[in-house]
Amino acid sequence: MKGIRQLASGGPAWGALIAATLVLLVLREAAPWMIRFPEGWTVPLTPWLNSGMNWVISVFGTYFQAFSDLLSVLMRWIRDGINSLPWAVIVSLVVFVAYVVSGWRLAIFSFAAMFYMVLIGFWTEAMNSLALVALSVPLAVVIGFFTGTLGFANDRADRIIRPTMDMMQTIPAFAYLLPILLLFGFGPVVGLIASLLYAVPPMVRNTTLGLRNVDAEIIEAGRMAGATNSQLFWRVRVPSAMRQILLGVNQTTMAAFSMVIIASIIGGTADIGWEVLKSIRRALFGESLLLGLVIALMAMVMDRLTAQIAARDTSGPEGLVGGARPRTLWLSALVLAVAVAALAQVLPFLREYPAAWEFYPADQLNAGIEYVVTEFAATINYIKQVAFFFVMLPVKVGFEQTITPFSWGFAFTDTLKTGYGVLVLALAALSWWRGSWRRAALVMFFGIMLFVGISGMPWPTLIAMATLLAYQTGGRRLALGMAAGLGFLLLAGVWEEAMLSLYLCGLAVLICLLVGGALGILAAESDAVSVALRPFNDALQTMPLFVILIPFVMIFKIGEFTALLAIIAYAIVPSIRYTEHGIRSVSKEVIEAATASGCTPWQLLWRVKLPLAAPVILLGLNQTIMYAIAMLVIAALVGTSDLGQRVYIGLGDGDFGVGIVAGVGMAIIAMLADRMTQAMGGDRM
Amino acid sequence: MPEDDTQPSGSGPSPELEPKLQCRNLWKVYGAQPESWFRDPKALNDPAALASRMREKNLIPAAVDVNFDVAQGEIFVIMGLSGSGKSTVLRCLSRLVEPTFGEVLLDGEDLLRKSARELIEIRRHKMGMVFQNFGLMPHLNVIENVTFPLTLQGMPEKERRKRVENVISLVGLEGREDSYPHQLSGGQQQRVGIARSLAVEPELWLLDEPFSALDPMIRRQMQDEFLHIQSTLKKSIIFITHDFLEALRIADRIMLMRDGMVVQIGRPVDLITNPADSYVAEFTRDVPLVRVMTAADALAPGATQQPSAGQPEVAATATLEDLLPQLAGRYDALAVRKGDRIIGQVTPESLIDALAKRTAAHGAAMDEDGSETAKDSA
Repeated sequence: MKGIRQLASGGPAWGALIAATLVLLVLREAAPWMIRFPEGWTVPLTPWLNSGMNWVISVFGTYFQAFSDLLSVLMRWIRDGINSLPWAVIVSLVVFVAYVVSGWRLAIFSFAAMFYMVLIGFWTEAMNSLALVALSVPLAVVIGFFTGTLGFANDRADRIIRPTMDMMQTIPAFAYLLPILLLFGFGPVVGLIASLLYAVPPMVRNTTLGLRNVDAEIIEAGRMAGATNSQLFWRVRVPSAMRQILLGVNQTTMAAFSMVIIASIIGGTADIGWEVLKSIRRALFGESLLLGLVIALMAMVMDRLTAQIAARDTSGPEGLVGGARPRTLWLSALVLAVAVAALAQVLPFLREYPAAWEFYPADQLNAGIEYVVTEFAATINYIKQVAFFFVMLPVKVGFEQTITPFSWGFAFTDTLKTGYGVLVLALAALSWWRGSWRRAALVMFFGIMLFVGISGMPWPTLIAMATLLAYQTGGRRLALGMAAGLGFLLLAGVWEEAMLSLYLCGLAVLICLLVGGALGILAAESDAVSVALRPFNDALQTMPLFVILIPFVMIFKIGEFTALLAIIAYAIVPSIRYTEHGIRSVSKEVIEAATASGCTPWQLLWRVKLPLAAPVILLGLNQTIMYAIAMLVIAALVGTSDLGQRVYIGLGDGDFGVGIVAGVGMAIIAMLADRMTQAMGGDRM
Repeated sequence: MPEDDTQPSGSGPSPELEPKLQCRNLWKVYGAQPESWFRDPKALNDPAALASRMREKNLIPAAVDVNFDVAQGEIFVIMGLSGSGKSTVLRCLSRLVEPTFGEVLLDGEDLLRKSARELIEIRRHKMGMVFQNFGLMPHLNVIENVTFPLTLQGMPEKERRKRVENVISLVGLEGREDSYPHQLSGGQQQRVGIARSLAVEPELWLLDEPFSALDPMIRRQMQDEFLHIQSTLKKSIIFITHDFLEALRIADRIMLMRDGMVVQIGRPVDLITNPADSYVAEFTRDVPLVRVMTAADALAPGATQQPSAGQPEVAATATLEDLLPQLAGRYDALAVRKGDRIIGQVTPESLIDALAKRTAAHGAAMDEDGSETAKDSA
């Protein structure tokens, strides 16, 4: 046993695996199955799953349908309720709440945001989306609160709840739209249920966390005050955990909204997400931009409102403007609503905004974008080409297929190939000689990978290397999980798509890490940069995912490059934030000590701040990976060929098995990446 | 056993009254199935041995055979380093921590036999507790925090207000009633904690390092106010601290703990002048004797019972520090009065004698134990 561990922890194992990879590559003409897993060897999961699903529908279909009908009725009520109110009433109520929880600035912003929806004439569509959120959030909050409480009260329940929540959040949304569609039938109710499923986990997590973290002394004080068990829970524990619970409400609201938007992909909802999607598909960029802005604004208003309520809580009611009592506030809101409604009877434009007053500059925007795209066509094309031929293709299919006279201006002759091989070997030897076999193995691995491309790597050694790496970072359990997870991808017949996902994701994460890391360092060193970056980060994080696609599609059209950019745009935020936070949290004393021993600013950064911030930065890496994977599925909309695309195809064709296998595949990649980065973080902390 | 020969004597409260609280053979053991260790009654004869056997089996005995009484109106201080079991003992008394074995008698009734419902009633009416980090509800303002125990009892709001007005002014929080905990300084927060614990008008007042989280200046001020409050309320108090000077200022008696066991119980001066072992001596070594020893501890042998003419009188409880300026050249002797009688006199010689003797005793206790530890390690 000890011998095995020594072998595994040292260079020899890596050396052997790399040598084996080279051997397999030399033999690949003779045994192509080592690169491409033969279809005959795969397990026919898809038909099994489909027949399983059919059975479930035939047996339980009616119950699901009944549940669905119930929800539909509720939803229709809420939708009709909201639609029957004059727009001015809703706007003034939102503005009132914004003013009460935060003040004038948020009130003005909310007014501008809401009025924009009226102005461009998409009020009804926006309110249809809002109706879905208005139903799914309270449901998610109640379900999440009680599930979270159960997890808090009962350790055994917690051990089941936790991984279930992980699953619910890592399986891409599209993958479970289809089973919901099959079980509950068409219509907006699918969006409702999907958003419920997606929005419950943050509420559960925050509830459990909040209840658990209440200061022990506060609980003791409550018990000494003579609280019964239920008093202790409702009057001591829950109020003390309220801040965390409200943070959960904020996250739940955002998750619900983002899912409502994503779910509109199945159509028939007449909500704002559907409108955006329709215009993206028809390449109407002015429209997409104007409507995407509606979604972005709605998200921002919801986020600010709920976040302010959470932030306000611990400071007590005096945080409310004017220090008014809750009862007075409810009453004022009611009076305001009635007054505005009455006014709307007199001034009809407050009820129905006249079409003549609408302002919908989509055509002008289209013309503007058209102009920019044609004017800068050469530049845009150049950027695209460079990125494609010099970065993306080499990673995807390797130099041996990328380097052609057409793309690089010369052919990849045997001489050049030999030269490349010698260069890689020399670099590896240099690393070895300087005492780092890890770096040598890394150089060899990437040397080979860039030559044949990630999709050209032989799967037996790739799996072996990933398992070895897992063993070294996280021990036997992680290694087992890695082997099982990758084995699933292989046997389920989605290995190639998984590798393509890995390629897109890996590339995006790498770029995020470099660019985001650099921005994070700058932000940590300069308050001005930090302040300047904050609104961008906030906006990118609150934005429902597919709004992020819009600007990139506009300029770079459909394709993998656009997908890559969109993934980067979304996943870069945690890289920036965690790097900044990590560096800023390095203790002042350590920095003073380092400065006093004569560090230059550069040394201070590389030798003190970055190493100390490493655990936090690693946490950021973890988040970056999770974000990238989440965006991967959405990016499938603009044309990729990875697992995300399979999920999307499954949804489009109504093929449950295809969608779910690909979805589970993505969840597996996400969870493995998560555990790996956590294990690495664990090493360092 | 040290605690036996240092039962309240002299200045302690009158022993005729039944103790308010009695703690008998109290054990708290963490780990797997701790109850099984107490089935054999003979095992309890040697608690130290039993505790070390438990430790060998990876159990953690946090309180080991703790015995003490607290008299009506007494301030009983529990001291010890962190991890010595003092907080555990305090929490066992109110069953915030469930004791593993023993008895806790409040007014002669065993708390450990009370049902959950009865216990809640006892906490609501007979006990108050103050916490090191205040334990205030962040979502309630000062007045709501103070009335919280009364609110739980379902007392109507008017009555509550009337009840707490007193305690609020007692702790000097007038004008801050509507503030929230995060808006108050540490000292003010602890005033809220104190007010809350007093709102139910408890008979037994438990304070767990109440002033340890405060700045030294504030701490001293709070100690003064605490003594002032106690002088009017006369509660039976159990007070935890790790600061010997604090214990010195407020304690009627001190119980010193180590590794869950009681090392010594006695008046502050007993601990200093007659330490049970080197641990106690070490704890008290920095205490200036002149502040602890009183005129009664430094009587000249065979002195006259009657004051000579013009000889000044001092109270038996006056500290030696107070006597020093008077003895420094002005008078040869001071008559010591206890109640209505003169019990002797203090002379410069008797004072120096007393100090020297105590210092020697102190040093001896430390040496003796020092040699023991040397033996152990050999």
